[in-house]
Amino acid sequence: MKTNFLKITLAAAIALTTLTGLTGCGSEEKDDKVTLTNVSYDPTRELYESYNAIFAEHWKEKTGQDVEITQSHGGSGKQALEVANGLEADVVTLALEYDVNAVRDAGLIEDGWVSEFENDSAPYTSTIVFLVRKGNPKNIQDWDDLVKEGVGVITPNPKTSGGARWNYLAAWAYAEQLYNGDEAQVKDFIQKLYQNVLVLDSGARGATTTFVENGQGDVLLAWENEAFLSIQDYPDDYEIITPSISILAQPSVAIVDEVVDERGTRDAATEYLQYLYSDEAQRIAGDNYYRPSNEAILQEYADVFDLDLNLVTIQDFGGWDEAQEKHFADGGVFDEIYEE
Amino acid sequence: MKKANKRVIPGFGLSMGVTLSILSVIVLIPLASLVVFTANMDFSEIISTITRKRVLASFEVSFITALAASLINAVMGVILAWVLVRYDFPLKRLLDGMIELPFALPTAVAGIALTSLTADTGLIGGFFAEFGIKIAYTRIGIIIALVFIGIPFVVRAVQPVLEKLDPSYEEAAGVLGASRIKIFWKVIFPEIRPAVFTGFGLAFGRCLGEYGSVVFIAGNQPFETEITPLIIMSELQEYDYASATAIALVMLLVSFLILFLVNLIQIRNTKILKGGN
Amino acid sequence: MHEETKGSKAVKWILIGISFVFIFLMLILPLITVITEALKQGWEVYSQAVADEYTIKAILLTIEATVCAVAVNTVFGLFAAWVLTKFHFKGKKLLSTLIDLPVTVSPIIAGLIFVLTFGRQSPLYPVLQDLDIQIVFAVPGIILATIFVTFPFISRELIPVLEAQGTDEEEAAALMGAKGFTIFRKITFPHIKWAFLYGIVLCAARAMGEFGAVSVLSGHLRGKTNTLPLHVEILFNEFKYVPAFAVSSILVMMAVLILIIRSVVEYIGKRESDDVR
Repeated sequence: MKTNFLKITLAAAIALTTLTGLTGCGSEEKDDKVTLTNVSYDPTRELYESYNAIFAEHWKEKTGQDVEITQSHGGSGKQALEVANGLEADVVTLALEYDVNAVRDAGLIEDGWVSEFENDSAPYTSTIVFLVRKGNPKNIQDWDDLVKEGVGVITPNPKTSGGARWNYLAAWAYAEQLYNGDEAQVKDFIQKLYQNVLVLDSGARGATTTFVENGQGDVLLAWENEAFLSIQDYPDDYEIITPSISILAQPSVAIVDEVVDERGTRDAATEYLQYLYSDEAQRIAGDNYYRPSNEAILQEYADVFDLDLNLVTIQDFGGWDEAQEKHFADGGVFDEIYEE
Repeated sequence: MKKANKRVIPGFGLSMGVTLSILSVIVLIPLASLVVFTANMDFSEIISTITRKRVLASFEVSFITALAASLINAVMGVILAWVLVRYDFPLKRLLDGMIELPFALPTAVAGIALTSLTADTGLIGGFFAEFGIKIAYTRIGIIIALVFIGIPFVVRAVQPVLEKLDPSYEEAAGVLGASRIKIFWKVIFPEIRPAVFTGFGLAFGRCLGEYGSVVFIAGNQPFETEITPLIIMSELQEYDYASATAIALVMLLVSFLILFLVNLIQIRNTKILKGGN
Repeated sequence: MHEETKGSKAVKWILIGISFVFIFLMLILPLITVITEALKQGWEVYSQAVADEYTIKAILLTIEATVCAVAVNTVFGLFAAWVLTKFHFKGKKLLSTLIDLPVTVSPIIAGLIFVLTFGRQSPLYPVLQDLDIQIVFAVPGIILATIFVTFPFISRELIPVLEAQGTDEEEAAALMGAKGFTIFRKITFPHIKWAFLYGIVLCAARAMGEFGAVSVLSGHLRGKTNTLPLHVEILFNEFKYVPAFAVSSILVMMAVLILIIRSVVEYIGKRESDDVR
């Protein structure tokens, strides 16, 4: 009996020390500077790289404190999910309201976050445009050119990518106008469009890589800012085509209440998001090809963006919850067009 | 078997204790949480989740590509093992050393490299594109990525058995006038068959679950090139934990079954290894 | 050895040829792609990418996770192999299947189960929170995932050797009154020394390159929870292709280095066992 007990204790002790050894592996040092974690989506990397630098200056000036910001980027839905599962983010800056709502539903963000900051908590906006190969060999001018035979379209999967949902909805808005809201015809149009899709990547960045690096397809449905970045990198290879109608994409920002309260970082986090509306930050957004929410500053970029573009909003679809339910949920319209 | 065995060599309790404790923390408890999570769902709910058309199609894609890749690996694995055991030639050590590379190279890196090679702008893809064959973004692309992942399994399973195999049988058969093909099928293959199955089973299990390299090369078209792990990923992105875990559970059961069969075969294998000693 | 007719010579070189072509296309070409893409814009860009602050941090984290995984799996592998080969007990087959299971579990599922076990939805979460322990989306989670995917690597190498060796020597020693640890050190360990080293090398190789499971558990916090393979993915997603391939080349070099060590270990091991004979 006694030896048995000893043996069990010894076995447990060996197992435990081996396993706790690992927790010791990851030690963290503490400073008196404030650290923030910003969990964002894929295309904002360059934007926040520049913004974090000016915010650090601003915060230092204001409080005398150093601030260090850790960035995390990935597909918007996946990022939201990770925050809901315990990824410690002080702020989230995601591709769409729906993803922030998912974090709210997990109990981390308080209700009414949308009105916490100006302009529905969207400090910058964007839209969906077409990126085509130089000279536009397939003569793609508008959405109806995408359903023509022999046109290869690249867009990510709306089920896994926030950006792709905007793409899908923009196409829907066009077809709805074209067919005066006859849903059967609209669905038919969308189905034809997705039949022309060659590669359905899981994220917006993957789709751009497929189009640009691996040379697939004739047209990429892209975030406006991503399209501009590709033009910037390869000015001789691509052109941007603005369709007659598109959608106003409002990437949302929010404070993760539970985390900032626990870490005591609410002030810094609030200022971090508030400062996005300052003139400097708005110009940084514009320089990174996001449309500033500040009208006056947006006008400064009039030669960059097509400001006459006819933009529908998510409200035209009854808000995100309704759009999600109807189009992208399991058994929704998007599943339907693939199953037929 | 012999009860006395337990008593003679000391350390059973201790070793068993450590083994089970670590196994529990790393494997059993996490796996159990998956089962518990699925248990919250109705049985009919689980069934309707895993029989959705898209999910079934992804099972088909995963199964066919993993099967094709493991078959290729079984054939190539036997050839490679044979060459490495029976022949001497220049650069043999290099060839031998390369076999484990797919273990060591991150799957994402492999996926990116293979995609850039096999896209129609790439070196290999460009060659095949002239004949109208697309590799990247088709099932062929998936198979290639999976072949890459599965190379070491069959080679490393067959190699030790071949090493232990006495060439005198083949020689005897050769002297008796049997053709080379006949010698292979009648004398050698029966001996290495369990090892081939083991390697095949492990490679198949690994290929079914592979994600990192495949997402880059697959094109991810629903019903065409969408693999099951990607479906799980997309369910997670829709915050649909229930569906994700239900599909994951099916995959888990399949891997468990494959492994159990492999372990049964391995018992025969061990006997051969021992006999060769 | 066996006579070589003209026909068998032709077969020999054909098989060797097939092997080389296969390995070249499947393994070496992707490696060359990685290296050439990495050096596309010259040394300057390459060394800049490699010496980047975040790259260095990712290297350190990768090494940390690898060392931890090897350490845990070493302890586990030794005990598990000892239990499975030196004793008979009920459920042995089940135990060995459970140990092998992680190899065939999809990396996505591996990540998912840890999120379910230690994440915010889990009943364990409040307890961990009170103890101020972060597991998922932090370094411990990455380490756990790495241990999981490499779990059977060491025990799998040890088991065949121990099985072939039998239990006679240990039994004799035990009858003469030797203690468990002494038996292990003096009798068992010399037999398994090389297999053991080989297992460690393989485990380290696989641990370094793990992508899928770690990607689910990491949170992709720059400079904090990014391992090298994740850093490659991030660079790739930033359209920084050349740096992405440059960082990949570090992994390639680490992999090749490990494989060289493996070959050396195997070579010495073989020579030693030949000497004994």
